[in-house]
Amino acid sequence: MNVESSLAPPPRDKNTSPPSVSQVVPPTTMTGAQAVVRSLEMLGITDVFGLPGGAILPVYDPLLDSTKLRHILVRHEQGAGHAAQGYAASTGQLGVAIVTSGPGATNLVTAIADAHMDSVPLLAITGQVFSTLMGTDAFQEADIVGITMPITKHSFLVRRAEDIPGTIAAAAHIANTGRPGPVLVDITKDAQQDTFSFSWPPKIDLPGYRPITKAHGKQVTAAAQLIAEAKRPVLYVGGGIIRAGASAELRAFATATGAPVVTTLMARGAFPDSHPQHLGMPGMHGTVPAVLALQEADLLIVLGARFDDRVTGKASLFAPFAKVIHVDIDPAEIGKIRAADVPIVGDAKEVLPELLSEYTLAAKTTPRDTTAWWERLNELRSEYPLGYSPTTDGLLAPQYVISRIGELTGPEGVYVAGVGQHQMWAAQFITYERPNSWLSSGGAGTMGYAVPAAMGVKVAEPNRTVWAIDGDGCFQMTNQELATCSLNHIPIKVAIINNSSLGMVRQWQALFYDGRYSNTDLNTGYDTVRIPDFVKLAEAYGCLGIRVTTEDEVDAAIKLALETNDKPVVIDFVVSADAMVWPMVPQGVSNNYVQYARDHAPAFSEED
Amino acid sequence: MTARVLSLLVEDKPGLLTRVAGLFARRGFNIESLAVGHTEIEGLSRITVVVDVDELPLEQVTKQLNKLINVIKIVELDSAQAVQREHMLIKVRVDNSTRSHVLEAVSLFRARVVDVSTDALVIEVTGDSGKVTAFLRVLEPYGIREIAQSGLLAIGRGPKSITERVFRN
Repeated sequence: MNVESSLAPPPRDKNTSPPSVSQVVPPTTMTGAQAVVRSLEMLGITDVFGLPGGAILPVYDPLLDSTKLRHILVRHEQGAGHAAQGYAASTGQLGVAIVTSGPGATNLVTAIADAHMDSVPLLAITGQVFSTLMGTDAFQEADIVGITMPITKHSFLVRRAEDIPGTIAAAAHIANTGRPGPVLVDITKDAQQDTFSFSWPPKIDLPGYRPITKAHGKQVTAAAQLIAEAKRPVLYVGGGIIRAGASAELRAFATATGAPVVTTLMARGAFPDSHPQHLGMPGMHGTVPAVLALQEADLLIVLGARFDDRVTGKASLFAPFAKVIHVDIDPAEIGKIRAADVPIVGDAKEVLPELLSEYTLAAKTTPRDTTAWWERLNELRSEYPLGYSPTTDGLLAPQYVISRIGELTGPEGVYVAGVGQHQMWAAQFITYERPNSWLSSGGAGTMGYAVPAAMGVKVAEPNRTVWAIDGDGCFQMTNQELATCSLNHIPIKVAIINNSSLGMVRQWQALFYDGRYSNTDLNTGYDTVRIPDFVKLAEAYGCLGIRVTTEDEVDAAIKLALETNDKPVVIDFVVSADAMVWPMVPQGVSNNYVQYARDHAPAFSEED
Repeated sequence: MTARVLSLLVEDKPGLLTRVAGLFARRGFNIESLAVGHTEIEGLSRITVVVDVDELPLEQVTKQLNKLINVIKIVELDSAQAVQREHMLIKVRVDNSTRSHVLEAVSLFRARVVDVSTDALVIEVTGDSGKVTAFLRVLEPYGIREIAQSGLLAIGRGPKSITERVFRN
């Protein structure tokens, strides 16, 4: 199999030119450590995030001399992982994190798990103790290959210097191709120190790895026929469309079929929010039209989505009348939760144009009418638009703050959220017009993702405005990376939606635990001791710190943040703790029970 | 629930068994038996695994196993199209009055005595799981002291080989 051609990160809707892969390095004697740096350079990597320690020290020495690799020194290894994720997720290029053995490696675990759940191409390079010491409980020894086995796409342990280039190249290839994901390369210290004869390109032998990208023609024809016959079709679009860089193909296909589109949390931006066929986000906190469109549909065209429980609610009651066409590059996703009537394994970027041409043929012989369907959907849209009620305590409405950030920054910005209420509001109330403008920890739900991931985005896309929209709980998990941002001139903007609590947990306590607020109060917001004081904290890290408590201060603060590009900005938006995320489907029930607001459920039409 | 036999052609890499076993544990698939050994091709091993699943989960098992980078090929070997064998070593208590009865059973089942001592015999038996179970049931009254059992081995009938076509590309 010809692997060399895919060694470089695939260009995905980007203007960046892919690095040359035809470059050849004749046999040159060097250490394993030098080979690590050289291999990364040859792969076209330009930025890495990391933090040195004993077992990775040899690699950090040649790193000092590299003119092609920019190393960004983080303050915690988890930050390196999320930064590499942000870097990768915003560009489609491989993100790289380099850390030491033992605790360095285990600190990276959360980010690896996160990348695994959200299919982010991540290369994690970890130092390992001397191979002679492995298995002896040596200082800073951890079996990181064993620890990460369930949360990596693949992992390698390298004990010999001569295996380094081939392994790194194979790791990059696996991380980037097929369904992307994290790959870990654990390198013993002796392998880093030993010398050998380096040459490039290395030979890669992966007989068990053959991702399928081209769809089965018969299935495509069958799918096209189903689409042509459907009276109530819905395009259920997932993050796979973003990873595949298939937004343009999706748009062409959606326009041709005239079918309504819903974009999951991972797919926000895959299809323009302003497009008239877009119904919004489905799922637990989706729009009523999106949720009910899926429930009432007679055909789901599932594109790079995986029937996550936060989308389906009780899966056995999800979209009960719908046939399913499931397109995914990972065969294991098809039929995992919901049986597919037409399974299509392939890369969405290749499948969608084929599906479009087959559909065009099928539509000629099968006249279809979706007028009644659109009437129903438009009725839902006008009756249940996204909105929020004003707060009753006189404090800022978090939804207002987030809307204004989106409106004043515009669709060319990048918005990176943490996890919780602010994440849902950021998914709901910012208008996304392009892929990769929205980043979030979807599958893993990692609090603390936003600040380091935003840092990674800003490194990859220095010309874009990058917002971390964070909660006061999330922010306190990883804000140490503000030091990294300040010192390395990575001027991200952080909006802390400070409701002084672990807001989403608090919301569930309010709704399902009789308002018993067990351990969700953080004392950072209005009328509290404010520990920590986020403005002072921002200033301590060399950032511009701004506190906003009233509505008339919101725009000025956002504008000041947008104008400030010589340092990171942190805005402490002191908001009401009582605001809740609506609509909501309570956990474990049918999506028919979607509530538009508290105690307010729309009428669900069982059948036509 | 029925037991299904999967044969996995895998790269002989460190940690491979952990990856396979971990996947089974993680996804909640039940392993009935597992047998691992080299193949006729250097660097390739074969894992024969008996899984207790229904039709739908088996497809999921196969798909998840296929995602493991070191797994090259998976085939299901049902009993009609494959030879299936288990191997068992049994230490059974004997004395002068029972020895001949046990030896009679050994000969009936075409098993073999591989170790003899004054008050015990070690017997080896090979066959499909029905035969092995039946043999055990016959020996039970005499007093079974110890058992060592291999996982099921299976190979497809006819001239075709699992390693065929794997490296054509």
